[in-house]
Amino acid sequence: MTWETVIGLEVHVQLATESKMFCGCAVTFGDPPNTHVCPVCLGLPGALPVPNALAVGLGVRAALALGATVHARSVFARKNYFYPDLPKGYQISQFDRPLSTGGAVRFTSAERGDVVISITRLHLEEDAGKSLHDRFPGKTAVDLNRAGAPLAEIVSGPDLRSPAEARAYLVTLKQILEFSGISDCSMEKGSLRVDANLSIRRPGETILGTKTEVKNMNSFANVERALTAERDRQAGLLEQGGSVTQTTLLFDATTGTVRPMRIKEESHDYRYFPEPDLPPLVLDQSLIEHQREQLGELPEAMQQRFVRQYRNITAEDAFELTLEKGLAQYFERVVEAGADDKKAANWVRTEAKSAYNESGTFGIAPDRLASLIGLVDEGVVSLQAAKRIFTELLQTAEEPRHVAERLQLLQVADTDQLAAWVAEVLAAFPDEVARYREGETKLMGFFVGQVMKTSKGQADPKGVQPVLAKQLRS
Amino acid sequence: MSRVAEIVDAIRAGQSSPGAMAREVAARLALAETRALNAVLAWSSDALDREAARIDGQGRGALTGVPVAIKDNIVTTEQPTTCGSKILEGYVSPFDATAVVRLRGAGAMIAAKTNLDEFAMGSSTEHSAFGRVHHPLDPARVPGGSSGGSAAVVAAHVVPAALGSETGGSVRQPASFCGIVGVKPTYGRVSRYGLVAFGSSLDCISVFGETTDDAARILSVISGHDPLDATTVDRPPTEMPDGPASLDGMTIGLPQEYFPDDLDPGVRAATDRAVSVLRELGAKVKPVSLPHSRYAVPTYYVIAPAEAASNLARYDGARYGQRVVGEGGGLRDLYRATRGAGFGPEVRRRILIGTYVLSAGYYDAYYTKAQQVRVRIAQDFGQVFGQGVDYLFTPTTPTPAFAAGERTEDPVSMYLADIFTAAISLAGLPAMSLPIGRIDGLPIGGQLIAPAFDETGMLAVGMALEQAIDPTAEALS
Repeated sequence: MTWETVIGLEVHVQLATESKMFCGCAVTFGDPPNTHVCPVCLGLPGALPVPNALAVGLGVRAALALGATVHARSVFARKNYFYPDLPKGYQISQFDRPLSTGGAVRFTSAERGDVVISITRLHLEEDAGKSLHDRFPGKTAVDLNRAGAPLAEIVSGPDLRSPAEARAYLVTLKQILEFSGISDCSMEKGSLRVDANLSIRRPGETILGTKTEVKNMNSFANVERALTAERDRQAGLLEQGGSVTQTTLLFDATTGTVRPMRIKEESHDYRYFPEPDLPPLVLDQSLIEHQREQLGELPEAMQQRFVRQYRNITAEDAFELTLEKGLAQYFERVVEAGADDKKAANWVRTEAKSAYNESGTFGIAPDRLASLIGLVDEGVVSLQAAKRIFTELLQTAEEPRHVAERLQLLQVADTDQLAAWVAEVLAAFPDEVARYREGETKLMGFFVGQVMKTSKGQADPKGVQPVLAKQLRS
Repeated sequence: MSRVAEIVDAIRAGQSSPGAMAREVAARLALAETRALNAVLAWSSDALDREAARIDGQGRGALTGVPVAIKDNIVTTEQPTTCGSKILEGYVSPFDATAVVRLRGAGAMIAAKTNLDEFAMGSSTEHSAFGRVHHPLDPARVPGGSSGGSAAVVAAHVVPAALGSETGGSVRQPASFCGIVGVKPTYGRVSRYGLVAFGSSLDCISVFGETTDDAARILSVISGHDPLDATTVDRPPTEMPDGPASLDGMTIGLPQEYFPDDLDPGVRAATDRAVSVLRELGAKVKPVSLPHSRYAVPTYYVIAPAEAASNLARYDGARYGQRVVGEGGGLRDLYRATRGAGFGPEVRRRILIGTYVLSAGYYDAYYTKAQQVRVRIAQDFGQVFGQGVDYLFTPTTPTPAFAAGERTEDPVSMYLADIFTAAISLAGLPAMSLPIGRIDGLPIGGQLIAPAFDETGMLAVGMALEQAIDPTAEALS
């Protein structure tokens, strides 16, 4: 029996502002607990919130990036619940009048091809603090550095059909938000968090099954694992004639399973009502237009442009290069500096990307990489030698050609030198020479390799073969 | 005649000094203590001396040397801020309220923190964790509330002016009971930054003065846009009136719903007399109707508790204030024990009401409905002011000061003390109470209501009425 899986995701992203949503405290990660707090984010008596205009702007930009409708008038609301990391006893969020509604995320699903996932809403809210349950035995400590950090909550429709699609949606969403400078989307730092709703039903059914909510997933890979586990759990229940209970589950990454949250933690009536400390958020058209200008080229558009503009690269190259804006920009600069587009794509997707992932910077200016690629094109160095030079370039500001010379990696096309190396090799391997001359011509590759070795990579492999052939004939 | 102006002028002329004022106020505060008014929760002569020294070091301002008492739900760094609640006993704020910053900037000295109904919830200042405030003229009676402490210290001539706060009448009502002036500005005119929230959409820092001029001088200093309060309006501070207004050609509306048939005869006599004075001064007096005002008290008692339940959630024992670790030692035990022990019965009652009206299944029937009625109430005022009426005049309270204990067992009878003030708070309009006579020796106030942001015009009318009326005359004689 087969099941159709239906998934909707609620994603919280921390907006890339310097200060918090409703006060001037810095938004940081990893600083000592409770060092970025003030009367407002501590919820002290008499303190009042004032919206951070930059956070509002980034929320608008996020909505525009997702093709959503930005509402000229939205309303902040209080979500009431008690928890020690929620200083005011309520979270300022938005409820029935969110900043924006509508919008979509498009990507290619492995199972269904091109899909369009609807965005139901995007709203602004403040973050809660962090409860630390493992600092002091038997006690809970509270760090309020994060309390009041600006968040956008992005809610998708129930349009995803597999755990893999959920992951692909997140990759695409993260790409869009990073591209537009809205959020750094780091799950590690908690600047992107995912809650998922999942239900299953028979293919062809139009009514949704009973859903469960899955929380506590700390990587995109774990989102896929958690949703796979939950889908299988629900299918198991239904196949045994049982039923799914609407509940909230926590993913345990060590066991790869989901377990129910304690019941009392989830039975909330949040008693939302309009936040009386803040007037309705009224946006004038010029602010919205300003954010539209700040949007820049979105990944989907850039990917399409790459395929059009850079004739020799593949669609896959374009997809991979535009996964991160920095990578895409670097690639374009390398091509601008004169490199062949396909070769630039190969270098950027491999060597340059690993260097970037390791250190966070490319380390080699685009024009230097372009001239290195040029050296290979001109036959001055071999591709193999170029990779050694690349590693060297990460440590030095020298020109690629100087590095090649210093490391004696210049290819030698001089026939006299080649002839000398070939003679040396043939003298060293008399048995193989004899076998070749008896017709074992596949040994040619072996001889070429030996010449390259003897020349320490300096021999031009294209020039070696004719010289070898000539000497072997004689 | 203005006590505030006298002090400022005397200091400017070198006949007095901030130090001398500090000593005088200390003596008056000490005297008030011997009278057991219980109006003050915190004061010290050392703190007053420090205030005087600070003022000596700054240039002359609009309020140089003027001692001002502050209701204890407005935060100050020099004294604790308790809100009249055990849950905040001993709490000292790390920042001053904007109104306090502005007062001090203008040269005023913070004289004392005054007693109040716990978290400003009440109309008699009997609901304070630190004991009830006594009426300065009759210790068996209440001074009104919730700003009863501030009203009492002004009425007892301890200070010429004080800050109170209004949510539904908490300054105008005690001003009426105590025979002084109480001015509530337009919502958004005075920053709420540092006013401990009760009903955020209604709360207004408001002013008591011995006279209208006293209150007007304070208001002109504390009002004006504040970047720390997103609900303040972007307007300059209120201007001082040029003096008593000429009422010639002015139209004063008398909303009939505020003069019911069963109105207390003394209150009726006093307001009748005030109305004839207004006529004598040249005003045209005209009956008008505010039909939705009759729903003001029930509407108020949905909206204010709803906001209060949320605003008071922060007092949970986790970060500051009283903390009681409950039996069992768990998180819920902490909340229950802390809040159960820290809040008094009236506060608990309102938290329950507020939580109830916002709950799933009840929200539309109560909260949504109340918001709709609130809009209608405000529209009534807009209509009347749009039809050529300049100001409205009503009684401030349905009775003079009542006896202590008389209404504590019957919350609804207590709530009805705000019957003539709540609608104005819901509409966000400016209003003031000023003494218009006495009933068996007890003061009674009349209320002037103005269109939004016309505090200055309203104060000028108040000055004219104040000048022409004998506030100590018995209404029924």
